Amino acid sequence: MSEQERKFDPAKATSFFTGRGHSGWLGLKYSDHGDDWVELELPWREDLLGEEGQRVLASGPILSLMDMASGMAIWRAMDEFTAIATLDLRVDYVRPAREGASVFGRSQCYRVTRSAAFVRGLAHDGEAEDPVAHIQAVFMKIAPTTRL
Amino acid sequence: MADNPEIDALTPYARSLGIALDAWEDGTPILSVPFDETVEGRPEHYHGGATGGLLETAGYAALRAELARQGRSAMLKPINITVQYLAAGKSRTSYAQGRITKLGRRSANITVEAWQDDRNRPIATAVMNVIMAEPEG
Repeated sequence: MSEQERKFDPAKATSFFTGRGHSGWLGLKYSDHGDDWVELELPWREDLLGEEGQRVLASGPILSLMDMASGMAIWRAMDEFTAIATLDLRVDYVRPAREGASVFGRSQCYRVTRSAAFVRGLAHDGEAEDPVAHIQAVFMKIAPTTRL
Repeated sequence: MADNPEIDALTPYARSLGIALDAWEDGTPILSVPFDETVEGRPEHYHGGATGGLLETAGYAALRAELARQGRSAMLKPINITVQYLAAGKSRTSYAQGRITKLGRRSANITVEAWQDDRNRPIATAVMNVIMAEPEG
């Protein structure tokens, strides 16, 4: 499917989601995408720090970043915007993010069934080869008619 | 009745999101977050990331309370979290409380539940592993 034939454009859709709500509060921005993946950027912010006395981004915002990137990867892979809900999300935090750096969340939707969508992804702070976190998640489609 | 230690339960991130200490129960803090635009995903519902942030914060708070009770100080480093989303978070206050399943010298395993109106119907649960490092300096 060529880019022209696709309906769901992550670059355009991001501003729709990040103009309000939790994603807007976090200040998420579009970064990049492919056929079945989307990358969003979480800019550094002083009020998102974790433990007192450490200049390290809290883990919560990374969870939100990956949840959002995963949802968009699913819409991109399905090329359709339908209601989905996170069922299960696992995040492994492999190292702290660098102080002052944006964190990028890249998620890939590797399988869609009639009722579920499976994603995996990573968060990095500049180099995707050296991630700060890995994630795996399953989303359910909330369709008016869910058939197995 | 267990003592409720003075703990710094809320990180800058947690305070910024609107999380507050709601109550103590059996020596463990219950945290709450009001429904506001900062936690909203699809209209009138919690964003999965906000619910996850509440769970994670409650897990850390439970661990800090227990460490304080034991007179231990440690830097907490997240290893992982697995969140199960059980029901949509609606447009009202959410609560969360952690329970320490295992507390070792270097690591802790914590389970957390989040609920809204009915505590017996959790909207999400989580399992977390946390490493406790010696304080720096």
